[in-house]
Amino acid sequence: MSLLSVKNLRVTFDTEAGVVEAVRGVSFDLGRERLGIVGESGSGKTMTGRAVLRLIRPPGRIAADSMVFDGQDLMQASEREMRALRGPRIAMVMQDPKYSLNPVMKVGAQLVEGLRQRDRLSRTDAHAKAIAALEAVQIRDPDRVMEAYPHELSGGMGQRVMIAMMLIPNPDLLIADEPTSALDVTVQAEVLAILDNLVKTRGMGLIFISHDLRLVARFCDRVLVMYKGRVVEELAARDLLAARHPYTQGLLNCLPRIGGPRQPLPGLDRNADWAV
Amino acid sequence: MALIEIDDLSVTFLSKGRKVQAVRNISLAVDARESFGLVGESGSGKSTILRAFCGLAPVSGGTIRFGGKTLDRKPGKAFAALVQMVFQDPYASLHPRHTIDRTLSEPLAIHGLGDTDARVMKALDDVGLPRSFRFRYAHQLSGGQRQRVAIARALMLEPEILLLDEPTSALDASVQAETLNLLNRLRAERGLTFLMVSHDLAVIDHMCDRVLVMQNGQAVEELTRDALANAQMKTDYARSLFAASADRMLAG
Repeated sequence: MSLLSVKNLRVTFDTEAGVVEAVRGVSFDLGRERLGIVGESGSGKTMTGRAVLRLIRPPGRIAADSMVFDGQDLMQASEREMRALRGPRIAMVMQDPKYSLNPVMKVGAQLVEGLRQRDRLSRTDAHAKAIAALEAVQIRDPDRVMEAYPHELSGGMGQRVMIAMMLIPNPDLLIADEPTSALDVTVQAEVLAILDNLVKTRGMGLIFISHDLRLVARFCDRVLVMYKGRVVEELAARDLLAARHPYTQGLLNCLPRIGGPRQPLPGLDRNADWAV
Repeated sequence: MALIEIDDLSVTFLSKGRKVQAVRNISLAVDARESFGLVGESGSGKSTILRAFCGLAPVSGGTIRFGGKTLDRKPGKAFAALVQMVFQDPYASLHPRHTIDRTLSEPLAIHGLGDTDARVMKALDDVGLPRSFRFRYAHQLSGGQRQRVAIARALMLEPEILLLDEPTSALDASVQAETLNLLNRLRAERGLTFLMVSHDLAVIDHMCDRVLVMQNGQAVEELTRDALANAQMKTDYARSLFAASADRMLAG
């Protein structure tokens, strides 16, 4: 049975200018695998990720024929039941550590907070567990990082801290929303390797949201390509070069390649018909 | 003679009473109408070189010559008319309470250039923005449109050199393609010289004739475009950067 099954998911916003549909009828099934969701800004990929956690504030509304996580209906779950899921079962890593960590709290205090409050661990146990989590994401001097404020860490370190924080309760599903787009290529490769290793050793499911199609293809098993709130193509990552949909091909070709031709990069054909 | 000659440049910041050498003994030369790239990870000092060139970083050693003349520590208006910079984050580099019109006409006012109306309209046309955007604010534009405004602003004084500090790393892949095409077209039309910083080797390869790989403030290796395309790098670091570049997966 699949870990997460989403059927006909819709996210709508009532604005002054009328109803805006950010996600329009997205369906997918996820096992314990790595699923990539790719699209441009505004394609609804982030909203899809947030909708799974029901983290969309009014005036936004979520509707779906069904959204089932490990046998539990997420559409029917009470707010209390959702809180029990968020964190321990389904975790989310946000894009930018600069905005997602508390700037006036030491990293250690932020890591320990959940362990103390939720798991009722003693101070020493919580501290030891936080150190272990930092070591799991290959932070070499966890004691220094525990005592640092977020602004004292580099982007790559901050991102690792966020991943460590999300992985402490050992979730079954991790939703990573552009976890590496604020990072340099070399650091990016390290963070991806850490995520990859954790998915393999812990048997997690992963939803990896990104605008970089090549990165997703290199890292995921399966890819959903979104355009204007719809899935225009779903394919196995290894078949990416054989992508049929012109939008997917456009996303692939618009990236410069080392040693590629110097002519202008092909622009992306944004055909309104695809979104119908 | 090269247009920009940087000789044995060092930049040292004072941080919490401790000296931090951000750039160590870097030398490079860029010819007129050439496009030169600086690549490396964060903290490698690549942006600091651009800032030192503009007099925005404390130079602790070495010289920067521009057109054969050693630069003053505080460059003035004449320098600004020749050298302009485009910053990484278009969300931070445009004034949030100035309209596009004011953003673009300010350099003209400072330099006492007339004909503001026509120049602003032409600038919008040149970067492919509709004229109706003239009286909008930055927050009413998308990231790609904002970066076009930042490029238009840099070109208002018709400079010879553009310093590009990660001009597309805050943008989506598809918008990046449009912005790179725009920069290349403007360079061809106006005969501009680019000094471009990026952490993305594929972007640098697409835009630049030569590239200097940097790490920890030091030069690692200088590569021509052909050497890069054929993976003829001599140092391990340059090779690891090459291997980490996301586009390699499609090459195989």
